[in-house]
Order: sequence, then C-alpha cells, then structure tokens
Amino acid sequence: MLGRLLKSLRFGVLPIPGRLIGVIFFVFLFIFPLISTASHPILIITIASIYAIFAVSWDLLSGYTGQVNFGHALSFGTGAYSSALLYTYVGLPPAATILLGGVGAALVVVATCFPALRLRGPYLSLITLAFPLLLHQVVLAFPSVTGGYVGIRELPPLSDSPIVEYYICLVVMTVAVLIMWKLTDAGSKYVRTGLIFHAIREDEIAARATGINTIRYKVLAFAIGGFFGGIAGGLFGHLLKTVGPATLSMTLSFQVIMWVIFGGMVSIYGAVAGVFTLYPLVELLQGTAIGEYRTLIMAVIVILILLFMPSGIAVWIRDKIERECPRCKLSNGAWRTECRACSAPLR
Amino acid sequence: MIPAIIIRTLTTGGVYALLAAGMSLMFGVAHIVNLAHTAFYVVAAYGLWYFGQKLGLGPIASIAITVPAVTILGLLSYRFLLNRVRQHPQAILLITIALAIVFQEILLVRFSSDLHILPPLIAGGTTISGVLVTYQQLLILGIVVVIMVTLWLFLSKTKMGTAIRATANDAEVASLMGISVPRTLLITMGIGTLLAAVAATTTTKTFFPFAWTSPLTMVLAIVVLGGLGSLKGSTIGAFILALVETLVVFLLPEQNYMKLAFALLAMVVVLSVRPGGLFGIVFEEERL
Repeated sequence: MLGRLLKSLRFGVLPIPGRLIGVIFFVFLFIFPLISTASHPILIITIASIYAIFAVSWDLLSGYTGQVNFGHALSFGTGAYSSALLYTYVGLPPAATILLGGVGAALVVVATCFPALRLRGPYLSLITLAFPLLLHQVVLAFPSVTGGYVGIRELPPLSDSPIVEYYICLVVMTVAVLIMWKLTDAGSKYVRTGLIFHAIREDEIAARATGINTIRYKVLAFAIGGFFGGIAGGLFGHLLKTVGPATLSMTLSFQVIMWVIFGGMVSIYGAVAGVFTLYPLVELLQGTAIGEYRTLIMAVIVILILLFMPSGIAVWIRDKIERECPRCKLSNGAWRTECRACSAPLR
Repeated sequence: MIPAIIIRTLTTGGVYALLAAGMSLMFGVAHIVNLAHTAFYVVAAYGLWYFGQKLGLGPIASIAITVPAVTILGLLSYRFLLNRVRQHPQAILLITIALAIVFQEILLVRFSSDLHILPPLIAGGTTISGVLVTYQQLLILGIVVVIMVTLWLFLSKTKMGTAIRATANDAEVASLMGISVPRTLLITMGIGTLLAAVAATTTTKTFFPFAWTSPLTMVLAIVVLGGLGSLKGSTIGAFILALVETLVVFLLPEQNYMKLAFALLAMVVVLSVRPGGLFGIVFEEERL
C-alpha cells in the first residue's frame, strides 16, 4: 500500500509540475495551523474550503456537463436552510443535518430541473437564475418558520475549537473534491460519468445517438451538483451559526461563477484555485486603507485576467509549465525536450 | 381600478420594453448576454441627476450630455472589453458582470449609497376616466412609442438595419456579402446602450449604485419570456410581465415585495410550455 503510494507519487506526481503544486498546496493547508493559529487566517481558509466545495460542484454541473447554471445559490441556500430547520425542529446533530441538507438540496435542484431540462443554452442559464430568487421570496413569505430577513440563528457550531472546525471543513473539502474529480475523470476505468458528462457538453445529439440517456445523466449532474452545493451550505450555516436569506442571493450565484471562470472552467483544480486566490484576496483587503475599493479591485482583476488569459488563471499557468506529448498524450514538465515515457520530441 | 392598472402597466411596461429591446438586440445580433445592460441604465440615471440636479444644467442639457456620453461608454467597453473575449461565451458573461460591478463600485465611492430620485420632466397631471395620470406617464408612453417605431423603421428600412438583421441571421454569410461584421456589432452595442440611456431619462424610480440587479432580473425574464433575440417578443414580454407586476401590486398590496417572484413564475410557466420563449429562435445544434 505504502509502496504503491510512493510509486504513484514518484511517477504520477513528481514529473508533472501542476500535480506537484496541487499536492504541495494541500499539504500546506493541512499543516497551516502549525504555522499560525491566528483566528483570522484560519477562518478565511475555513470559509474558502467551504466555498471551494461549492465552486467545484458548480464546475461539475456547468463546466463539465455544460448546463451553465446561473442560480447555483439555490443548492447552497437549500442546504443551509434545510440543515438549520432540521436542527431547530427535529434536533439532529450537525453531522446528520449537513448530510440531510445535502440530500434536501439535491432533491430541490432535481425538482427544478424538470422545467429547466426542456431548455438549452442561454435559456437554461436564465431560467436557473429565477429559482433561488423564487425560493428567496418564499423564505421571506413565511417569517414564522424561516425567520424572514433575520434568518435562523443560534445553530450549534461544528466544534468548539476553530482549529477543529478548520480541519473538519478541510477534510470534507478534500473528500468532496476528490469524489467530484473522480466522477468527472473522463479517463476513469471505474465510472463512466466523466466521459458521459464531457460527451453531453461537446455534442448532446451525438451523445444521444450513441445510446446515452442524456436526460438521465443531466439530472444526475444536477443532483450531484446540488448535493455538494447543499453540503457546502450546511457547513457554512453551522460555521457561522446563522442562516439568512443571503445564502440564496444572486450575488452568491454570480460569485461562484466568478471564482470558477477566474480559476479556469472545466478543471476541478481551476475552481479550487479560483476560490483560494480571489476569496482571501478580497478578505485581506478589507481591513486595509484601500478596503473601500476592494470589490472594485476584484472586478478589475477579473476583467484583466479575462482579457489576457480567457481560459482562466490556473489553466493558463498549467499550459505554461506543462506540455502534452504529441504521441502518447502524457503530461510533461515544460523544461523537457522529449517525452518522459516515449521519448518523442516535444517541440 | 382597471384604468389605473392599465396606465401603470403601460408605463412600467414601456420602460421595461426599452431596456429589454437593447438587451434582446445584443443577444440576437452578437450572441452576447450583456449582464451590464442595466448598469448602463443606472450610470445614465446618475449622469442625469449629476448634470441636471447637482450642476443645475436643466433637463434638456443634461439629457444632451448624458445620453451620448453613456452611448460612448458602451461603445468603448464593447471595443476594448467585450470584443476581445467574444469567442468565449463564459468569459463574456463574467466580463459583463465584472463591468457592472466596476460601475457600481465607482458610483458607490463617488456618490455613496444614498437614494437619489430624478424629478419628472413635466410636472402636473390630468384625470382620464377617473384616474389621475401624470404628464410624466404620458411622456413616457410617447417616448416609448416614438423610440420603438424608430427602431423598427431603422431595422427594417435602412441599409444599416438590414446589415444588422443579416448579421443576426448568419454572421459568416453576412461577412461574405461585404458587411463589416465587427462594425455592425459595434453599432448594435451602441444602439443597445443608447436605449438603456433613453430608458433612464424616462424613469421615475429612485436609484442607488446597486439598482442594476433587480431590473436586470426583470429584463432577463422579459427577454427570455419573449424569446432571446426577438424584438417583438421582448416588447410583448415586457408588457406581460409589467401586467403581472401591476396586478400583484394592486391585488396583493401586502405582498408587494413578491412582484419579482410572480414575474419570474410567469417566465417559468411560459418556458415550460414553450422552451424557446414566445417568439424565440429555437437553437439549432451547432453545425460542423
């Protein structure tokens, strides 16, 4: 077991700079509390982990499957509200409410995809924009159950110690991202979903012609996206100990699109990189002298990134430091002149 | 009550129709969903307020400055931002949101988040079948009718209008027929922002830097309801959703805040029955 791990580390990670950076990044996150236990950076990374789950779930649905969703806050808000309601009215512990919140979010998202799946392209994007706004109004219409504008307060925290909360969110993020990475891996030998999601995005009619029930897989993509979005929402609610209508806002829906496109769409690492760059950047600017301009600065950075690297910053960096072998399609470090496996010349 | 509902539907619907026409044109011709469209509207409203109220130039002069200035702003942002990423549909969505946020933040820093309101261009009113109708409402109706008819004549009769429609139909073939597609798209963007700026001159609502989000949702709902890219559809959609909104305001005054929800519900219902909107072009699969 350990031997296999070392072997895949040596041949699967070390020669590919992009994967090496990914592994170093996760190791850094796991040892970060040893370096600093100041509450502010810990909280920022905890929230960034939660948003990373949310962003990756959007990328799975909108990037991989091509169903560009403008209202992904629906899953976040449903997850947050259902876990909060389950605690308040049933009294379940956070672990159970977060999981059930994810299931609830998946159910609500699947329910909305019945009108949505008849539509395609921009129509789908724009109708999905409507659902979280509708739910937002429903939440405000029943203030006795949902707390109206104030929301549901005094939820139990994930744990009493911020460090433990940090590790809970980090581990859940790592596991969720790994699951979604495997589900979208087109080269996987065990699950077909990755290949099918890619096929649906590239050409839905051709996918249907090869005998794939595309509707079923689209519903599956909505369900997976909704489930992980709901988990993120539940974690967020228990972390902040309060759930308000802001979890259903259009701002959050657009925020997640911003993170993912900034990092690079149709790449799990891009979504994670986008969240872990933009979110801490904005939070760190908050206390400084230019804090008033932080949203402006972020918007300008996003515009510049899009103009000069429209495929996203993580994908742009990856293209700079890696080169794909033209013969065997293996990734190589950009410093190599010939492929590490088949010795084909790389330029 | 019924005449009051009709008047309100016509006036709110008129402003929505102006906004939706620009958005629909942009989508139909350039395949750009311009999420910054209503941000241009808010910028124009601030321009009118700044020149008209703060500097005291009077309504005519402030309109004469603001409308061309906002149109030029739209042209510049198309030329230097949107045009550069036109090939990436996701990037264009994001860049227009980012542009809207840039406008919002600049307005927020410059003018704070206070509510502003434009005074009506003409004060006073008259009574039509027992309902008080302000002259401003009649003016809005007049402007909307004049603008929509001009736009229709421009698109159907002039050479430039024909070029725009040809580009919307098939940009490649239009290009083969000697139409400069980049120039046509630039002009379309100019018309779109011009319509947004004109809509701002007729508005009677309060505005603040964040005021672009809720009309954006409404305009998106209208454009989708009518069918993306169809001018006729978006005009009819504007009046349908204005009617829904007005009915909510009049029949359920306590659930006033739900008007957007009902409008969106109407959009969901229409789209469930007709996936391409009322007059939409049903998208063909991409040809290779």
